[in-house]
Amino acid sequence: MLRWIYSGLLTAVIFAVAGTFSPQSAFTEDLSDWKAVEQKAKGQTVYFNAWGGAQNINDYIAWVADELDKRHDITVVHVKLDDTANAVATVVAEKAAGTDEGGSIDLIWINGENFASMKRQNLLLSPGWAEKLPNWKYVDHESKPTIQTDFTIPVEGLESPWGMAKMVFFHDTARGIEMPDSFAQLVEWTKEHNGRFSYPAPPDFIGSSFLKQALSESVADPSVLLEPVDEATFSEVTAPLFDQLDAMHPNLWRGGRTFPKNKEALRRMLADNEIDIAFAFSPAEASNAIANKELPDSVRSFVFSGGTLGNTHFVAIPYNASASHGALVLANFLLSPEAQLRKQDPVIWGDPTVLAMEKLHADKRASFEALDLGIATLGPADLGPTLHEPHASWMTRIEEEWIRRYGVAN
Amino acid sequence: MTRKDESLRLQKVTIQLVGRTLIEIDREIQPGDVLTVMGSSGSGKSTLLAFIAGFLDPVFEASGRITLAGTDITGKPPEHRRVGLLFQDPLLFPHMSVGQNLLFAVRAGDRDDRNGKVQEALEQAGLAEFHDRDPATLSGGQKARAALMRVMLSEPHALLLDEPFSRLDADRRSRIREFVFAEARRRQLPVLLVTHDSEDAEQAGGPVFHLD
Amino acid sequence: MILKAAPALAIAVLIGPILCGLGVTILPAFGYFPALGGNEFSLDPWRQLFATPGLLRSCLISLATGLVTTLLALAVVAGFVAGWSHTRMFRAIQHLVSPLLSVPHAAAAFGLAFLFMPSGWLVRLFSPWPSGFERPPDWLIIHDPLGIAMMAGLFAKELPFLMLVTLAAMPQANPRPGSMIATGLGYGRTAGFLFAVWPSIYPQIRLAVFAVIAYASSVVDVALILGPTNPAPLAVRLVSWMNDPDLTVRFKASAGAVLQLGITATCLLIWVAGEKLFSIIFARIRSSGRRFDKDQAVRIGFSVLMIATAGAVFAGLFILALWSFSGFWPFPKAFPDELTFNTWQRQLPGIGQPLTTTILVGIAATIFALALALGCLEREARTGRTGGNRALALIYIPLIVPQASFVFGLQLFFLSVGLHASLYALILVHLVFVLPYVFLSLSDPWRAWDTRYAQAARTLGASRNSVFWQIRAPMLLRPILVASAVGFAVSIGQYLPTLLVGAGRWPTITTEAVALASSGDRRVIGVYAFIQMLLPFIGFAAATLVPALLFMRRRDMRAGS
Repeated sequence: MLRWIYSGLLTAVIFAVAGTFSPQSAFTEDLSDWKAVEQKAKGQTVYFNAWGGAQNINDYIAWVADELDKRHDITVVHVKLDDTANAVATVVAEKAAGTDEGGSIDLIWINGENFASMKRQNLLLSPGWAEKLPNWKYVDHESKPTIQTDFTIPVEGLESPWGMAKMVFFHDTARGIEMPDSFAQLVEWTKEHNGRFSYPAPPDFIGSSFLKQALSESVADPSVLLEPVDEATFSEVTAPLFDQLDAMHPNLWRGGRTFPKNKEALRRMLADNEIDIAFAFSPAEASNAIANKELPDSVRSFVFSGGTLGNTHFVAIPYNASASHGALVLANFLLSPEAQLRKQDPVIWGDPTVLAMEKLHADKRASFEALDLGIATLGPADLGPTLHEPHASWMTRIEEEWIRRYGVAN
Repeated sequence: MTRKDESLRLQKVTIQLVGRTLIEIDREIQPGDVLTVMGSSGSGKSTLLAFIAGFLDPVFEASGRITLAGTDITGKPPEHRRVGLLFQDPLLFPHMSVGQNLLFAVRAGDRDDRNGKVQEALEQAGLAEFHDRDPATLSGGQKARAALMRVMLSEPHALLLDEPFSRLDADRRSRIREFVFAEARRRQLPVLLVTHDSEDAEQAGGPVFHLD
Repeated sequence: MILKAAPALAIAVLIGPILCGLGVTILPAFGYFPALGGNEFSLDPWRQLFATPGLLRSCLISLATGLVTTLLALAVVAGFVAGWSHTRMFRAIQHLVSPLLSVPHAAAAFGLAFLFMPSGWLVRLFSPWPSGFERPPDWLIIHDPLGIAMMAGLFAKELPFLMLVTLAAMPQANPRPGSMIATGLGYGRTAGFLFAVWPSIYPQIRLAVFAVIAYASSVVDVALILGPTNPAPLAVRLVSWMNDPDLTVRFKASAGAVLQLGITATCLLIWVAGEKLFSIIFARIRSSGRRFDKDQAVRIGFSVLMIATAGAVFAGLFILALWSFSGFWPFPKAFPDELTFNTWQRQLPGIGQPLTTTILVGIAATIFALALALGCLEREARTGRTGGNRALALIYIPLIVPQASFVFGLQLFFLSVGLHASLYALILVHLVFVLPYVFLSLSDPWRAWDTRYAQAARTLGASRNSVFWQIRAPMLLRPILVASAVGFAVSIGQYLPTLLVGAGRWPTITTEAVALASSGDRRVIGVYAFIQMLLPFIGFAAATLVPALLFMRRRDMRAGS
């Protein structure tokens, strides 16, 4: 028995060591011969690791799986994640064990910090493939800069855009409460409406996004945020942010002693009348929740007139994917006007498309224009200006600082 | 079915527990005879039965030989010794019907033949109507008779009785006792009876061996 | 031949994966893990770990949770058993509490959260009248910084466990004469039992108490649902470090896993020291001569606590079920505006796969565990060797070593032997936790069986094997099925091992339910938690019904005889 354990441990260590020296296999497929890619993808099973916390999104992915099966004879399995970091962790563990081929993940729904980390660790299928996909020709990379720069990190075709996101707030108009129009106004607002606002605790994605929104609004010179954090000036740059947070926290829900876990918890708290403002990174969030009977139909969305954060989310293929051809076909399908139209339909998902209307055929364009975005969804014209995402290092440092200051109850 | 001249022989049997001798016996029981072993509780009478039947706990040390029907059975597993054993309790298997209990004891063979033997045994014991009954619904005497017939159906070459009547009331006890001894005599089985009840010994009629 | 290997195989299953997991955890904890760039041993992971904000507080919460919940649950069980054993009330409450054992931790925790949160059902019931709340009060009840909600949730699940373990130990302690003598001497019922009988019960349940301490000090799923968030208990933070996209955090996570082992060990040491202290104080009180004969209020107090705990869990489960059928249900309404099947209809298509995995893994792990347990017990019956206390301690190892401390290492291990994310690895890791429970619940009835039945069968010409298959196993069918139901329930409740070893490829009802905890949609949580609760219930129902039907006409095979 003991011998078995020892030999097992030994194997583990040997594999681990081997993993560090194994050569990085470069991806050499010629994507211009798309028919050949589709041929190789036939019969593959693609494990699509995507956050599985929302039913409408799960339903959408189930539809995608059906279509891929019908059109390309590809089986898509949706591995529902609690946190995308888990999928990154899996690839890391596989690399550690020397599993450079036949990995368990074929496609990951990803952006921001997770992308930066995988790119840095060479965990992604490379060289870049996204801009060689047949459907890339429809993508609006000209007027949507976040498609080629993910949180200031150059994408370089290592991930393929899937949808757009923008921070929107929502509230219940039936309560008749005046809403703030900037972060500074929000801080004042919480003084009058004690315990009626909160935000998810970082490092939750939406919580961190809220901090970045606040940072972008409170920083004296926004251009510093496009560069990596300079430790020498960090505390000076962020002083206004943390001063305002210090002022705001005692007036938050539960006195700022605990924070909701994520935007879904925030939405639930709005529904339960525990708070008055919720927010999300998807303009259709409120309409979806109303349709789903999670929020009353008197809820409406709003944005700050000075602008709110926006970004793009992507799909990426790990370097050791078992079914990379299938994953490419899937990524390409996700970019198709048909899939994007369905994704933007608020009844189904409601996520703004990454495609450029003017690049589409007239009939497809008409279908997009005919979508009823839902009663609580702001149209493209009402979404206001987009604030750029700061460099990913800001998020990391701000999260650390936040946790140091507020993450530990006193 | 009867086996004359086939006795149960205990040759220089001694059983010890951590060096202390509990039992020392050297006897032969002729077919149809009853040897009664008497002793108070804790004297090791059940240990003797366990040794003969093949269940001696390894904490005991035993020496000597047991021969039955001309063969040495000392080292054989219990199921090959052909020693029938009746306990204080009838120990009918509670998940089987009365008939299934009896059938369990009949050796493998033709199905109709085996069922026939069971029915015959039930009739002998006055339990002809009880084939499908739940053993739990039988009276104490009926259970004891069923248990005896179960032992007999396994065609033993000797019968060991471990205070088999002690749980019955006085009236029933004497009748069952008579029934058991009669069956054993009819089949010419050597019988070893372990008891602390002198009445048992009297009715058995054979020699008495006192432990203590 | 196969039987001979059963004990060795069982031991391999019980401690093999734990040793592997711990081994692969300890290396990176000291900086060595070449694949992640750690080529030499160093104490850096520990420095990083100790520099983590709020680490001390996380550790203290874990420590306090382990000790406080166990102490309270044990005290209530002891007080209740002492005050009420051999009464009709006792049997009634026993029947009320027993089913709670089969409710998975996550489902119970969700139920309690739905009941007690400020927007929960209890506040709704009293709002707006008479509480005057038009909107939920701003109370910090769930996720409170001190972890009181988490402790309450754990308490509610540990109470039935300790209760049943105590019940199992009672016959051996032979409580009747001792407590009757004590009451005859003028001692109150409760005190008499505690003085005369409890000292012979406690040693028998001590390992189970240790298991409870270990579980409570390292729990993840209940902590995610009810526990403090800033900071969270150590085990929860550990899991988030293990999943951090920044790879260097793995070293810190491994050091944290070793620290978790230390925290649990500290809990156990404090407990053992507490036992000593307690027995001294206890002996003082006992020899003081005081009779404590006016214990009516105390007795009622304990029974109320038992009933309230069981009642809260049941009410919580009912609310879960209600949410799963509700339409829009605003505060402060005590009941939803409409009941619909919408949520179920939407969820059902997605439930198929996790449900299949849950049942498949549960049944497979249970069958293997049952085969191993029966093999060990039968081998024990044939050789007369029981293995004694050392074997019992081995069985408890998987229940005492905190999961969070070795499952991550185990994940790396499976990866390296090519079993990563395989169904086999998942079944094996479930088996590690299922086997002890199956063995523990089967061993008592198995050993209590009257072996004269076997002797009778042997002398009738039956071989050992046919005794096993035709006599012993059928006669013990009910305990075998109950043990299987226990094993199945344990498998269903597994969260962390399923999450890490299954690597997302094998979602189960439990991992889906806990993942949905972050969705905040109570109706969807309701559906999953309801199914999670239903599965073990079906197992136990089958364990009761099958023998009842099979042995309908066999009086001595009925329960209780």
